[in-house]
Amino acid sequence: METKITGRVWKYGDDVNTDVIFPGKYTYTISDPKEMARHALEDLDPEFAQKVQPGDIIVAGKNWGCGSSREQAVTCLKEAGVGAVVARSFARIYFRNCINQALPIVTCDAVDGVESGEEVTIDFAAGTVTTPRGVYTFPPLPAEVMQILEAGGLVPYVQKQLGIG
Amino acid sequence: MGYTFAEKALARKAGLESVVAGQIVTVRPDKLLTHDNTAAIVKEFRKIGVARVADPKVNVIVLDHVVPAADETHATNHKVAREFAAEQGISAFYDVGEGICHQVLPEKGHAWPGAVIVGSDSHTPLYGAVGAFAAGIGRTEAAAVMATGQIWLRVPSTFRIIINGPLPPRVSAKDVILRIIGDLGADGADYRSVEFAGPVIRDMSIAGRMVLCNMSAEMGAKNGVVEPDEKTREWLKGRVTHPYEEIHADPDAQYERVIEYDFSDLAPQVARPHAVDNVVPVTEVAGTRINQALIGTCTNGRLEDLQAAADILRGKHIAPHVRLLVLPASREILLEALDRGLVRDLVAAGATLLNPGCGPCLGAHEGCMAPGEVTISTANRNFKGRMGSKEAFIYLASPATVAASALKGVIADPREV
Repeated sequence: METKITGRVWKYGDDVNTDVIFPGKYTYTISDPKEMARHALEDLDPEFAQKVQPGDIIVAGKNWGCGSSREQAVTCLKEAGVGAVVARSFARIYFRNCINQALPIVTCDAVDGVESGEEVTIDFAAGTVTTPRGVYTFPPLPAEVMQILEAGGLVPYVQKQLGIG
Repeated sequence: MGYTFAEKALARKAGLESVVAGQIVTVRPDKLLTHDNTAAIVKEFRKIGVARVADPKVNVIVLDHVVPAADETHATNHKVAREFAAEQGISAFYDVGEGICHQVLPEKGHAWPGAVIVGSDSHTPLYGAVGAFAAGIGRTEAAAVMATGQIWLRVPSTFRIIINGPLPPRVSAKDVILRIIGDLGADGADYRSVEFAGPVIRDMSIAGRMVLCNMSAEMGAKNGVVEPDEKTREWLKGRVTHPYEEIHADPDAQYERVIEYDFSDLAPQVARPHAVDNVVPVTEVAGTRINQALIGTCTNGRLEDLQAAADILRGKHIAPHVRLLVLPASREILLEALDRGLVRDLVAAGATLLNPGCGPCLGAHEGCMAPGEVTISTANRNFKGRMGSKEAFIYLASPATVAASALKGVIADPREV
């Protein structure tokens, strides 16, 4: 895992739910991650899927990813190239899904210091998000959780645990 | 020092004397629920590379989300789940028509007081209604539970919500939980365990308790729970046949918040589009024209819900421009509703009866909406695009309010019909 990433920001508000990140009508019909990426944030920001670039960073308000447990709401962003999601807070299943898919996740108030199109830098080692209008700190993830992220997600982590592969 | 329900349930399961909020524990869940997403989970399970599930008795598979299959893709998903259950010796496999996972799992005796249950569905907290610790998880971790039999969980801190009453006529559990979510907000209980207590809860049926625990997910809760009592034991009789040890929170447990309500004058509540915490008394939205009304889902598809609707619609007819969809939550409920004549009452009043299952709740089939249309539903989510068009509008309410609205053709106060 990179310890420092810089990316262009897509900024969103509070309570962005998994239905607008990845609509329910596709949950059992689309299984190819590339196809999932084409519908990412479809009902919130139709421009996103067309214009997102690898390494872009989502910065949002509170309760990002509330609602359904659907993991495609993480997969579609990861496949679209999103480098990290930074939010004031996360819904708990979404948080777990990010860890399990190894999509870096940061809980802090960086949304106050940045607008869409500007850049932020996340330093995972220092626990900081540097925005054009301030530096925001975040606490490290618990060691148990960090191990999963560092293994590249839950599947490789479990394989390691079970001595497979 | 005393402990909360969540602390005691997770400590017991983790084999520790005690745990405290914030601690991460590894547990072996008693049950793992998966539904139509079993097919996707099986794919992850194969990717991990083990041949057999850790313990086939842990797995409960219920096909409910798009049943009967709406097209070839769904049919193929169902087939994968069916074949996987047979291959792995999973006996708790419930096929098309048995009902919604969150109704079927407790009905068939897979939830009991003190059990730890995880499910790849966000409304898994429902099993707290019978005193279980139940939390939603994602697909990949469901696959990991299949492979390893275990999962990490962070011990949540707890809100205790005490509800005094009694509730007024035509006001039910749905109104209670909508009001609470309206007050606390969509993330008001994020990552928390929520204990529902007080006289109103003691008077409430298991079905009503299921509504509360189900919708605790809509304020971000990890789990919701009602302390087991005589009603719980009665309901579980003949369903859970093995002994179990109940878990009760200690009287001196450490709560993050204790919230007390007096709901003796609560009005019927409605969540407006497009957020579950956008809640107002029905009087504020009464008169809003509707196109469709839905009674069912894992929130409100139980016998007392169909009864409440039938009591309002019996001998009458819904407004001519309204489509009323009724989905009993399970085969057991459908049979009982048939015996009691509720199905006849509802269908005679103009309802379209659909098979037990999730129906149009997630916008996949059986009653999706066109742009500009309005549905009032007993479901638990009204997010933009949830039931089809993102230019459609979903209001959430109790079965009584939905039935009254179907009758009038506009959102209506069930106390006035």
